[in-house]
This record gives sequence, C-alpha cells and structure tokens, in this order.
Amino acid sequence: MQQNEMKLEFDSRSCNESFARVTVAAFMTQLNPTLEEVADVKTAVSEAVTNAIIHAYKRNFQNDTESAADKIWITCRIRDGILQVEVRDDGCGITDVKRAMEPFFTTEKENDHSGMGFAFMEAFMDTLQVESSPGKGTCVCMSKRIGRESGQVSVPLTNRLLETRG
Amino acid sequence: MDSVFTIVGTTMTIHLPEEIDHYTSDRLCTEADRLVLRKHIRCIVFDFARTEFMDSSGIGMLIGRYKRMRFMGGTVAAANVGERTKRMLELSGIGKIMDIYEGMPS
Repeated sequence: MQQNEMKLEFDSRSCNESFARVTVAAFMTQLNPTLEEVADVKTAVSEAVTNAIIHAYKRNFQNDTESAADKIWITCRIRDGILQVEVRDDGCGITDVKRAMEPFFTTEKENDHSGMGFAFMEAFMDTLQVESSPGKGTCVCMSKRIGRESGQVSVPLTNRLLETRG
Repeated sequence: MDSVFTIVGTTMTIHLPEEIDHYTSDRLCTEADRLVLRKHIRCIVFDFARTEFMDSSGIGMLIGRYKRMRFMGGTVAAANVGERTKRMLELSGIGKIMDIYEGMPS
C-alpha cells in the first residue's frame, strides 16, 4: 500500500495562500488525480488557510506586510488512495464551531466575507472535521479519496445548501 | 488587454486575474470601489476569461460589489464564466441575484 507524508510550516500572510494550495496540489499528483480533483483540493486548502490568516490571526489589508511570528502548519498524508490534509493554527480559536460551519455564517459581513469557507471545504472534500476552542487554536482536518470516477459535489450537500439559502 | 479595468461610459469591466483568492480579491476590491465612485460607474461586469482558480473570497467580492451597486441603483454581471466557477456561483446562490453569462454580454 502506498503511504506518504509531508509537513509544511509557513508565516501567516495572505501571499502564502497560493503557495500553500499549490504545494498540496503538487504533493497529491502522485495519486494521479484528475484536474477536477486537484481543483477541489486547492479550493479547500485555500479556504482553510485563508480562515487561519484572517480569522485566527486577524491579518488584514493593513497589517499583512508586518513581520509575522504567527505560523500555519499543514500536514498531508496519503494512505490507501486517500489524501488527508490537516491545517492547523495557533490563533484565537472558534467559540461555536457548529455555528461557524453553517453556510453563509460570517462574523464580518462588512468585510465582504461570503461565509462560504467551511461549506466549500465540505463540498469539495469527502470528510471535514474541525477542532477548536477559544485561545487554543484551530485544527481543520479533511480528506478525499483520489482517483474515483468523478469528483462531483455530493448531492445531499448541494441540496442542503439550497435549502439553507431558502 | 493587460489592464485590469476597462471603462466605457458608466460601465466598468473588471478583467479578473488567473487566481482569485483573499490576497488578490482584497486588493482588487479596494481599487474597484475607488473607481466606481470617481468615474460614476453604474454597471460592473466581472470578466472571468482569464480565471483558473477561485475560492470563496471571489464570492465575497461579487456579493460585496452587488450590494454597493444596488445601493446606488446600479447593476452587476459575471461574464465568461467557466464550468467550475459557475458551479461555485450556483452553490452560493449568486446566480439568483445577478446575470451570469458563459460568454460576454453585448
């Protein structure tokens, strides 16, 4: 059985969002993914890393270039054709994880946030788990089986999103 | 067509970058909002022709501009939308509030 693992540590800066998703995409190529699967994983990683930067560490347009001691850690594992991605931060944590994961929920509506971050992670990956508590950081763990016939968004989730929206 | 913004009359077309994430959209929105006020823009067309990647920051960018334009009595549309972007726009309900074109609206 093919097994592999890699770890990544980088500064919490928005310019690293693209570095993070491209690195994970490069790591998953050994599973011979479809373009669709690569795009799904890139989107999910981008969402998780962006959340860590803007919510956990409160980085924004103004303080983005200041020196950053805050780090984000990504661990990727491949096991039996499944890609597991863990995105961890040491930031402020989430008070109500269940609420934060509701589609369209956002703490910063005025800043043009769509509230779709967790919904997209859920839509484009097979599993999603979020562990967090205030002051203790957040760990987002997601996985996806690579090399299936299609990488389509799960029908139940699409329906749930449409219902939530009303 | 290297420039990001094309303005004809009161219509502004934003030629979106290859990758739309929080980093690129933040900078783009600041500039777009400034131009809307300065050039009295009443219609924004988001052109996705070059776009190969987008995350939910792109959705936030569209919803934010939609709200601003509606407040001023203007409109927003999305053009040259690819298969994947279209799916994301549908998942987030944007298809219901603005016109989405697979090509360029005339």
